Amino acid sequence: MARPALFRIWRGNPEGGAFQDFKTEVDAGMVVLDAVHRIQAAQAPDLAVRWNCKAGKCGSCSAEINGMPRLMCMTRMGQLNLDMPVVIEPMHAFPLIRDLVTDVSWNFQVKKKIKKFKPRTPDAPDGTWRMRQADVDRVQEFRKCIECFLCQDVCHVLREHRKYDEFIGPRYFVYTAALEMHPLDTESRIAGLKNDHGVGYCNITTCCRQVCPESITITENAIIPLKERVVDEYFDPFRKLLRIIR
Amino acid sequence: MAEYQTLSYDVLVIGAGGAGLRAAVEAAASGVKVGVVCKSLLGKAHTVMAEGGIAAALANVDDRDNWRVHFADTMRGGQYVNNWRMAELHAREAPQRVRELEAWGALFDRTGDGRILQRNFGGHRYPRLAHVGDRTGLEMIRTLQDHGIHSGMQVHMECTVLELLLDGGRVAGAFGYDREKGHFLLWKAKAVVLATGGIGRAFKITSNSWEYTGDGHALAYRAGADLLDMEFVQFHPTGMVWPPSVCGILVTEGVRGEGGVLRNSLGKRFMFDDIPDAYKNQTADTEEEGWRYTQGDKNARRPPELLTRDHVARCINREVKAGRGSPHGGVFLDIAWIKERLPNAAAHIQRKLPSMYHQFKQLADVDITKEAMEVGPTTHYMMGGVRVDGDTQMSSVAGLYAAGEVAAGLHGANRLGGNSLSDLLVFGQRAGWHAAEFAKANSQGSIDERIPDQAAKDSLAVFERGEGGENPYLIQQNLQEKMQSLVGIVRLEAEMRQALGEIEGLKARASRAGVAGHRQYNNGWHTAMDLHNMMIVSEAITRAAILRQESRGAQFREDYPKPDPEWGRHNIVVRKGPDGMIVERKPVAPLPEELKQVIEEMK
Repeated sequence: MARPALFRIWRGNPEGGAFQDFKTEVDAGMVVLDAVHRIQAAQAPDLAVRWNCKAGKCGSCSAEINGMPRLMCMTRMGQLNLDMPVVIEPMHAFPLIRDLVTDVSWNFQVKKKIKKFKPRTPDAPDGTWRMRQADVDRVQEFRKCIECFLCQDVCHVLREHRKYDEFIGPRYFVYTAALEMHPLDTESRIAGLKNDHGVGYCNITTCCRQVCPESITITENAIIPLKERVVDEYFDPFRKLLRIIR
Repeated sequence: MAEYQTLSYDVLVIGAGGAGLRAAVEAAASGVKVGVVCKSLLGKAHTVMAEGGIAAALANVDDRDNWRVHFADTMRGGQYVNNWRMAELHAREAPQRVRELEAWGALFDRTGDGRILQRNFGGHRYPRLAHVGDRTGLEMIRTLQDHGIHSGMQVHMECTVLELLLDGGRVAGAFGYDREKGHFLLWKAKAVVLATGGIGRAFKITSNSWEYTGDGHALAYRAGADLLDMEFVQFHPTGMVWPPSVCGILVTEGVRGEGGVLRNSLGKRFMFDDIPDAYKNQTADTEEEGWRYTQGDKNARRPPELLTRDHVARCINREVKAGRGSPHGGVFLDIAWIKERLPNAAAHIQRKLPSMYHQFKQLADVDITKEAMEVGPTTHYMMGGVRVDGDTQMSSVAGLYAAGEVAAGLHGANRLGGNSLSDLLVFGQRAGWHAAEFAKANSQGSIDERIPDQAAKDSLAVFERGEGGENPYLIQQNLQEKMQSLVGIVRLEAEMRQALGEIEGLKARASRAGVAGHRQYNNGWHTAMDLHNMMIVSEAITRAAILRQESRGAQFREDYPKPDPEWGRHNIVVRKGPDGMIVERKPVAPLPEELKQVIEEMK
């Protein structure tokens, strides 16, 4: 099963860089991150790559493989055409630190700006709540997110238009949706979505949903319902009238 | 003189997994200034990989459960060399810590009447694990992270600590570097909480992420603190064995909790062949009874697949060695068979074990709803660690605390599944609280600048040696291979003596490690720094395992295959001496009468 393969890996820093070719053996069942480690151990000890669990659970090893945003640890070599070089690049939507590692700190700053969870008073005298599994299910889908930021990377509002100050990106719409649809939450984040977080910029091209390694239905289950809530709140003619009267 | 930035905190937490974040949240809530240093990005710590659940006697599913049963289960699992006070506090406080997570936004799976659902797990008498499918760790860390970022704590992501700084006998801060730029940082602190997790990367086959290089163990050791129970390394019975690149990745015990069974190549459920005496009364006699247990029949006893991890791992090892293994050197774990018993079994499996379904489908081309998985033991958890006070979590160095996997005591010789996440919460909270109290009562210790200067100089020597030095990745691989083959599941004195020689050789090579390039995000440099810690923990594990001439829990000695009652009254302490590592016996603290009675009642 072992065969040689050619890897074309981006090497560089914010000042500039270039692709560098590496040849290495590929074995049955290997993932791209294994090949990168093999190259690092034998040919390029200072190759910068961010990784952690190597099991698709932590979302650290995000990169662009043959132009597709993917987790390196969950991309099997068998899925790729090895007659061509395997091209590995850092995510494009974030500033480069070095080689395959980008500065994703913007994401952590965005999260802080979203209003935190605020539960209703407990349902039972012992301070606990009662929730139905059916109500929990739809939020659990959002809470599968491993914060790999591949959805942010692929979103053209960030990647092409660089709206970092006006738009929080798919990851944080999923985060907001998880809070808004949480059965216990009493906070409202609708004004923020409309005014500061730029939900209107999303034109539902579903790119984010297509790259999500956790298969979260980002566009249909998170973003569209949030857009509907904004519309209900601000653009429903009846409510608009009510607001004027009040 | 090294150049570094200096930051000041009341409490510095090293590590941002479950224990570190819980400690930071607690300390911040008590009004002190808290800094958190983590080796990865925030929210990526190894806690995300915990699958099965959080053990807490909420008694939502079976009202016979309470803290006393949980306490007795934990002590039995640990074969009675546990720190009884920690086992008691853990069992008493876990329910409160779980309910608190719900108040911070965690969404656990629900019972029919809307409360937190609990599942069966190995060694727990009643269904006790609060869970979210098979991604409970992710839910826990995200909840703590999202709550914590609004608590005022300052997080330093992607930083590695090189040394703890002391002022006489007490802690005064820490010195390290950030990975991104390679700049040095000095964190002054009145109290430090170690929450760095485990040591799994010292072994070749492991479920642990790259961060698990025993940093906290080694930092504490170098600072003069006692380590305890270092011989007890847990090998989880079910890791993936194929393909080679994913070998070691965890397959949750939840698979067996949901009715999954272990079979050898002859199709036999071999776990029925060997049931330890301590568990005979609690284990099913027939396959039928075992199945009823997994489906919630309160009158049924658990199937032998849900015996403790040390035992199941050894049974799998035995089957493989006897030539009854699966094609890739494991055994078969079959959950697909439940279609004989349940309608819509495939959908049921996908709902209960979504990550497992996904993991096998994507990485091994195996559909677990249709075929059996191949599994084998994988290095999973470190019971040993920093010796701490059961109530405060303070180590033998004043102002230095430890919580979670890096601390020892709660689990004794073997940890029960699910007791890890609850450990993080209970003792993270306690360590955070007591560290904050310590910081309020003490002034900042003074820093001897020669220590950070020397640490910086030593770390930069790697670049001076450059490409001409030893390759750090190869040293790490060699260490992992030696520890796996010589100090693994089955241990022998002669092999472990050989391992000590190998470790000496590897230490010498590690001191000659060299890397080309510069400090900016240089994985080779990071690996070279981690090596020193891995050497210390590997040596401590090996020396303690040699001294304990018996088999107990996770330690199995082929040359001493039986437990020895005398050893059952002792722990092993490891500390730094003037001429190297000191390894000695220490009597286990005697149980108070009332807790003795609890254990007797539950037998």
